[in-house]
Amino acid sequence: MGRTQSGDADTNEITLAAIGRTFREESGRSVATLIRVFGDIDIAEDAVQEAFTVALRRWPVEGRPANPGGWITTTARRRAIDRLRRASREQELLRTITASPVASPDPATSPETGPLPDDSLRLIFTCCHPALSAEAQVALTLRLLGGLSTGEVARAFLVAEATMAQRLVRAKRKIKAAGIPYRVPDPEDLPTRLRPVLSVLYLIYNAGADGPGGADLRSEAIRLTRAVAALMPAEEEVAGLLALMLLLEARRPARFDTGGALVLLGDQDRGLWNRSLAEEGQAIVRACLQRDRPGPYQLQAAINAVHADASEAEATDWRQIVALYSQLLAIAPTPIVALNRAIAVGEVEGPAPALALVDALPLDHYHLFHATRAALLRRLTRTEEAVAAYTEAVVLAPSDTDRRFLEDQLAALRKS
Amino acid sequence: MTHYLLSVHSVAGQVHEPMTEAQMQQSWQRIQKLEEEMKAGGAWVFSGKLHEPDTATVVRYDNGELLTTDGPFSESKEHIGGFYIIEAPDLDAALGWAAKVTDCISAPIEVWPFAGFAKD
Repeated sequence: MGRTQSGDADTNEITLAAIGRTFREESGRSVATLIRVFGDIDIAEDAVQEAFTVALRRWPVEGRPANPGGWITTTARRRAIDRLRRASREQELLRTITASPVASPDPATSPETGPLPDDSLRLIFTCCHPALSAEAQVALTLRLLGGLSTGEVARAFLVAEATMAQRLVRAKRKIKAAGIPYRVPDPEDLPTRLRPVLSVLYLIYNAGADGPGGADLRSEAIRLTRAVAALMPAEEEVAGLLALMLLLEARRPARFDTGGALVLLGDQDRGLWNRSLAEEGQAIVRACLQRDRPGPYQLQAAINAVHADASEAEATDWRQIVALYSQLLAIAPTPIVALNRAIAVGEVEGPAPALALVDALPLDHYHLFHATRAALLRRLTRTEEAVAAYTEAVVLAPSDTDRRFLEDQLAALRKS
Repeated sequence: MTHYLLSVHSVAGQVHEPMTEAQMQQSWQRIQKLEEEMKAGGAWVFSGKLHEPDTATVVRYDNGELLTTDGPFSESKEHIGGFYIIEAPDLDAALGWAAKVTDCISAPIEVWPFAGFAKD
């Protein structure tokens, strides 16, 4: 309106993006609180969505509130109550809500206090309830706690938006119909119930390993894990998962070269590693070691902490890594762990003993099994077999990034 | 409170190791004890064990004509062998009872919420 077009568009874009970011960071806690207050996921989601539209209109004019999380919760709660008031059939529900101490129908006098952190914790256990499918757990967590739109969740997992919308509707229907509770499990159930929560968080992190939007997913996973870790300081595995993500994230800047090709850990420019993330991860690992209650995530974090310790690849304490993998293999005896252990053995004892370990593994359909064999065969100068193994790995590669990397290895080997 | 169906499925033709008299007695006692626990906890609504699926009969209207046929409706190999109807505050409580039942009978249990049967 009278302003120059380009300047106007610019200002708006920055402001709207900033509001969007704030909402993504804050909306999960607001949704969690409103689910507790209203006992209904849909009402909570709609109300927070409405608060977002109000914010888009008002924040650019009035400025960002001092406590955006509190503002969102208060506004969304007001909107939800307004809406329930309009719908007379919900009169009874309304009475229970306004009677409850958490409701503050007058936002003018109510302080903009943040929601109880317990609400987020309750919600993550609802989203990751074992009665829901793994796909539904991930989708619900990203949608409700991560504040991602249905379209964003769909794109992250390469499914059509309609499919994802249906998945979310079905999951929410099951929560309501089956009576999946909205609370933190009892202490005796906690170990089994925490497991899917951690695997969902790690899955979200790994879903961000490749592809566009990956950085958002990774930072979302780290943010949520940080929140869970802060709320459950007594659970070492939560801390272990956070440390693992931080240590992997620290190496991210060196993971791809300028041409976008994958760079193996041993070949990475360690000067590019993010020191502050690595140090934070290492500090958590040290604290976990002192408590001495190891679990799979803590051990994986410890392995990555050893890598972070080495200022150059040659300085890596591979004996320590073999020992940690042996410990991991004892509590998580999977062929993938055994494969990783064999790679470490190859660095300590040489390629021949490692190859013997690898060959015994039932991983014929896994590209990294063949890639590992190929690398060991190359070191043993069994070039023809190495070429065959790389070829097999290329065929099985799950992504373009992996395929490109393996093709480069194959080409280099053929040249030599 | 929600009502849940805990159904026990049996697979036709699946041969079980025959139980000895003592084992049968022990299993029955455990189930009796569990049902008493359910009743004492206010969870038990109804329960029953069904005869083999070949004792079932299907009744339906086909083009306005009432048809009665032998056999179960579903042609699958798996059939419901027995069930509990329980009342529980939420799914976790229902799953807790299901865990106890499956431990007694050594067969998987399916937990289904009833629609429109809930009361406070």
